[in-house]
Amino acid sequence: MGFKRKKGDGEGEEMESEVRGRPSFNTAERRNVILPSMIKNKDKRAKVYAKQKHEKKVEKQKKIKARDAAEKQALELGEEPPQKMVPKTIENTREADETVCRPDDEELFADIDADEFNPVLRREVTPKVLITTCRFNSTRGPAFISELQSVIPNSDYRKRGTYDLKKIVEYAKKKDYTSLIVVHTNRREPDALLIIGLPNGPTAHFKLSNLVLRKDIKNHGNPTSHEPELVLNNFTTRLGNRVGRFFQSLFPQEPNFRGRRVVTFHNQRDFIFFRHHRYIFDVKEDKQSGAKGKDAVAKQRVKPRLQECGPSFTLKLVTLQHGTFDTKGGEFEWVHKPEMDTSRRRFFL
Amino acid sequence: MQHDEVIWQVIRHKHCSYMAKIETGIFCRNPYNVTGICNRSSCPLANSRYATIREHESVFYLYMKTIERAHMPKNLWERVKLPRNYEKALETIDKHLLYWPKLLQHKIKQRLTKMTQMRIRMRKLALKTREKIMTTPRRDMKRESRREEKAIKAAVLDKAIETELLERLKKGIYGDIYNYPELEWNKVLDEEKQAAEGVEEEEEEEPEIEYVEGYEELEEEEDMEDFSGFPSNGSGFDDDDEHDSDGEEEDDDVEEQVVIHKKGKRDSRKADDVGKSKKKKKRVVVEVEQEDGDVRQTLKTAR
Repeated sequence: MGFKRKKGDGEGEEMESEVRGRPSFNTAERRNVILPSMIKNKDKRAKVYAKQKHEKKVEKQKKIKARDAAEKQALELGEEPPQKMVPKTIENTREADETVCRPDDEELFADIDADEFNPVLRREVTPKVLITTCRFNSTRGPAFISELQSVIPNSDYRKRGTYDLKKIVEYAKKKDYTSLIVVHTNRREPDALLIIGLPNGPTAHFKLSNLVLRKDIKNHGNPTSHEPELVLNNFTTRLGNRVGRFFQSLFPQEPNFRGRRVVTFHNQRDFIFFRHHRYIFDVKEDKQSGAKGKDAVAKQRVKPRLQECGPSFTLKLVTLQHGTFDTKGGEFEWVHKPEMDTSRRRFFL
Repeated sequence: MQHDEVIWQVIRHKHCSYMAKIETGIFCRNPYNVTGICNRSSCPLANSRYATIREHESVFYLYMKTIERAHMPKNLWERVKLPRNYEKALETIDKHLLYWPKLLQHKIKQRLTKMTQMRIRMRKLALKTREKIMTTPRRDMKRESRREEKAIKAAVLDKAIETELLERLKKGIYGDIYNYPELEWNKVLDEEKQAAEGVEEEEEEEPEIEYVEGYEELEEEEDMEDFSGFPSNGSGFDDDDEHDSDGEEEDDDVEEQVVIHKKGKRDSRKADDVGKSKKKKKRVVVEVEQEDGDVRQTLKTAR
């Protein structure tokens, strides 16, 4: 009796699932499939699981083969190949941000004109940078600072002493510096970077991580004293744009292309990667085989080659404050709060 | 009846809740203790005539207890506010503790001195800024490092930088520094062939001649005004046309050339002008710039 009733149920559900267009799994089938975890015998369980995995793998390979065959066929016939599937990445599925800069935004240009970095970026002022540290500086700090000095042209280093930061800011203003960088050390490692624009520029506090010094890089190059080129990647939002321009204002605006030095700030998922390279363009022979058909001629293409020199580290923006350093009374444009980390697809830079 | 001796015997040998035994000594945690040490003469419970100095919000008070009030715990301690001035405070203490045992007076004055020094130091410190240590939960720190790793993998940095540099080269921002115009046009050609029919080859070869002529002049230009932060098309070429009229001079081009090694990759490269030394030392190669034809010839032979 019970058996009959179960059958009846199974059929009822089957009809439902068909009506709703759901995939074929109904109760009858569900009963026949045994999960490997339900088998108590380890030997047997392992075998069943291995078999399941193998089946899945075979299925996947079949799919791939079919897809490739379809593509080949379509090409041979001269038709359009079926659309390639694009995998979803975090960058693809990033939450839509309304502050992303658009190329036709009037407000953006107006803001840029009224910016604090404008004098430097318009070449009215040459950037002059003062580097200092926190009160206790040890181990990797001094090495990092000497490397920073080689990266940023026209930079000076002063020991910290026990001066208040606000006093240091005043001193720097008096001596006509355009930016002040404070390297903060925690547990004998440089930990944070505080970049203050002067005279009344914004203050950006970055968390520094993953520092690799020049001597630890294999086959590193030695930077020259030519002015470097800047590459700023992926600064899309308004905040990102501001931070990008902030980095720009640290470097002189006349890059010496003959020096072939490039400094990169690459933003990926709110992490800003700093790299310092020397590059050279290579001519490489490229023999194209067959697929395009006509070109059997050896093609030559130009490829840039990079040699890493100088430090490489990662920055993450913690706070951006309007005006020079003033934690108590200052106006914060952007502060990182833990609740901003809840979504894995939301980025701010 | 108040028997100090009895109290002391009981407290010391049995149990006193204010006593703190540390490796360096025995201390008394009673707030009314003058010296802070657990002693027969310093115990506020075992001395019926006692005095201390305590501070409240950086104001010092002299506290005194006498045996006459021993039976009234609520009114036991008499409080006198001490003046801010150190000498005046000393005088006040002298006045109030006039006929008291010398030891107590001495200890109280010592305590007063110490507390004034502390007060001065605390006020000085409050004027200075001190770093405040903020902690992040370990969970957040680990999450950050995990995300950073994944971000590094997602940002294929070398590739990104190389593509950016290549784009700049194609846009012409580097002007004439690199003599690769033919190859560039070849590449562009091929791409156009694939897209549609590209019959623009002849038109593109003409500009080449102009570039080579203006080569020496471009170096001497210091201002590249058009290269602002957001690179636009290099209009430095306009200057070329002006300098063309200067004609060709034989200049010595001194270039510093750096040979770059990639990790473990091939050593044999195309024989360029550069390719002689595989060392990392800088070499100064002197190029004598003559006429068009020679330069182009050398390029061709170099392939």
